[in-house]
Amino acid sequence: MLPIDSTKKLSFTRCIRDGDLVIVYERYDNMKAIKVCDGSVLENRFGVFKHSDWVGKQFGSKVFSTKGGFVYLLAPTPELWTLVLSHRTQILYIADISFVIMFLEIVPGCLVLESGTGSGSLTTSLARAVAPKGHVYTFDFHEQRAVSAREDFEKTGLSNLVTVGVRDIQGEGFPDELSGMADSVFLDLPQPWLAIPSAGKMLKQDGMLCSFSPCIEQVERASETMRSSFTDIRTFEILLRTYEVREGKLDDFQGDEAGSLGSLPRKRRQRSNEGSNVRETTGPPTVMARPCSEAKGHTGYLTFARLKCLS
Amino acid sequence: MSENKAQSDLFESPRSTWEGCSVLLDINDGDRLVFARLSSGATLKIGNKNCSLQPLLGCPFGSFFRVENGTQGPYLSRYTPSTEGNNVLEKGDGQSIDELRDNRALVDNNKAQSLTGEDINEMRRLGATGDEIVEALIANSATFEKKTVFSQEKYRLKKQKKYAPIVLLRRPFTRSICEAYLKKYPTRIGFLRMDTLSLLLSMANVSANSDVLVVDMVGGLLTGSVAERLGGTGYVCNTYIGGSPYPMDIARIFNFGDEICKRIVRSPLTDLFSVQNGLQKPVSQDSDSCNMESQSNDRISSPVSMEEVSLASENVISDLIPESTSSPVIKMSKPAKLGEKAPQEIISSWKEHGFSCLIIAAPELDTWSLVKEIFPLMSSSAPFAIYHQYLQPLATCMHNLQLGKMAIGMQISEPWLREYQVLPSRTHPCMQMNAFGGYILSGTKISPN
Ligand SMILES: C[S@@+](CC[C@H](N)C(=O)[O-])C[C@H]1O[C@@H](n2cnc3c(N)ncnc32)[C@H](O)[C@@H]1O
Repeated sequence: MLPIDSTKKLSFTRCIRDGDLVIVYERYDNMKAIKVCDGSVLENRFGVFKHSDWVGKQFGSKVFSTKGGFVYLLAPTPELWTLVLSHRTQILYIADISFVIMFLEIVPGCLVLESGTGSGSLTTSLARAVAPKGHVYTFDFHEQRAVSAREDFEKTGLSNLVTVGVRDIQGEGFPDELSGMADSVFLDLPQPWLAIPSAGKMLKQDGMLCSFSPCIEQVERASETMRSSFTDIRTFEILLRTYEVREGKLDDFQGDEAGSLGSLPRKRRQRSNEGSNVRETTGPPTVMARPCSEAKGHTGYLTFARLKCLS
Repeated sequence: MSENKAQSDLFESPRSTWEGCSVLLDINDGDRLVFARLSSGATLKIGNKNCSLQPLLGCPFGSFFRVENGTQGPYLSRYTPSTEGNNVLEKGDGQSIDELRDNRALVDNNKAQSLTGEDINEMRRLGATGDEIVEALIANSATFEKKTVFSQEKYRLKKQKKYAPIVLLRRPFTRSICEAYLKKYPTRIGFLRMDTLSLLLSMANVSANSDVLVVDMVGGLLTGSVAERLGGTGYVCNTYIGGSPYPMDIARIFNFGDEICKRIVRSPLTDLFSVQNGLQKPVSQDSDSCNMESQSNDRISSPVSMEEVSLASENVISDLIPESTSSPVIKMSKPAKLGEKAPQEIISSWKEHGFSCLIIAAPELDTWSLVKEIFPLMSSSAPFAIYHQYLQPLATCMHNLQLGKMAIGMQISEPWLREYQVLPSRTHPCMQMNAFGGYILSGTKISPN
């Protein structure tokens, strides 16, 4: 997924090969991650697609089924991955993810700790941010989720950047070997306050912590715990409003010729100047935008804090 | 050489300052932010006093300093704040709920304080510390005892900010630079909010080893933030239309070492096209661009002027803030060079492979006509993110990209960001918020054939 190996970098000349992970795009709300495998086929409502037809095509190409239906094949990115991964838990989405990475000041080379791993949605973006030389250690106490997450990172080619550990972080804290080594720590746990003292131990001086919680009571309690060894404690909520765009023709308001509203002399004169005596009722098409009426109303609160520098 | 230390080994970013490093000074908990480059001769004006920044050299980022009065005048001295959250405002020990006192007996008439300005100056002359002055003010306030615990603490904090200011040493990152500019000089960065910027970077999939094409008319903030994400790999190509490059000054506030600076290049848009089909550039055009290059080079190598960003939001500490524009005092040592003209062989490689992604923050250009031009430079399946403060140019652009079947997965989104005050039983959204973060058009380019 990441161009760590430069031969895999997007390019005019880079073509889809056997074994590549591609995102099959039907519609913006219907995508799927598929590993290209020479003998395989993809079957959907548009027909049967032979993987062998895909090999040698550019990423971003339109490919056709035996029935003539089509899909697009995109190169995977962490953003697309978040839309197609299998939900084993609640996950973080792009707005929270982007904000977390910027606020935690994660840059290439950083060592980042995370718990829980969940479905690995955030982890994928953390890996991108620390690449090529940094590392993400992510922990979940749920054995099966850890196994699935490892499989996913294998699939997306991030295994070298991510280590998944099985551990009860609220009960045992992060492993001692990582003490004082982390640039940033991220917590998405039901009782984050239990893990905050350990997070403080793991951080380098001046390192950053973030805790994500859906409920304000969790935030209050976590913030209380942070106060003893952290400063700059700040809580945010971020949402995205999306817009729909369409081209439309709107009725041109003309009033009634003989109506009581009075006339619109300027407009009418323009019309006659155009030499048309047919009365138009619609104006030229315009591109219009409006917010989509459905949106997420809440994801969670993000609380950030910086380890106090006491040395 | 000293600045080479800055992320020179980019994977070991240093945790302490060095001669020539760029720092962010946070004065009084965000009330005022100053970007400075440290040198033994640099000074900072705090209140009406000039303090040398020498004591900051070699200190870990995250250190606190306060102004002490020495025999040779005031100086910055490092201190360790107590581990316990020491004030009620932060600790919020629940008293507010069972609080018996209230404000009914308070009269606002400026007569509550019996210490005069002269008294305070006299104390200073006699070497009183800021904290001692604050204590004296409290002792001499007729109303202090009548205040609620909450307002007592507010009073103390206000006086502390004025008489015992605290300076916090920070590393400048995209986040703090963006936040500081938005508060102080929003127009210079096209009102780009940090959450919007963070979205641009992820929507465009900026990652190590990518070749990122940017149109940055937001002072270099975008270019700098991309370079920060590239960490000395790949390239960020800052392209411009017409004769002169867009300013990139903000990119110099980051603590970039040589490795990262080398990865920030610029190129006029025409150069990115000119040999597209193996055609050599016409000579005339070449000399033309040479001219303009040397001209702009001057601009680029001139030492960075120090940026002063004061964030005094409220009445509280206004007398602490010097005339911000007249106080940029810090002598800058020369930062590493960045934003060189893109070398021909790299331009050729972009032509062969295409850019990995595109980010546009060009409030002054017509989005669609720019995108139409620039789109062929991106490789197929490359993601893009375009920022604008107005919706219409993005809507038109999206519509046209759709009609031309040039991109898919397109979305216009607008981030909404709200900060909270979190205190036991007193949690609520902050009273003030920035209500508009701009719009982003994002999507993925599809193969034209
Ligand atoms: C909401 S999910 C995290 C989702 C993740 N942020 C993402 O974007 O995909 C929370 C995870 O925390 C794990 N968890 C809960 N308590 C834990 C504990 N004490 N130690 C480690 N992991 C824990 C759960 O198993 C669950 O997978």
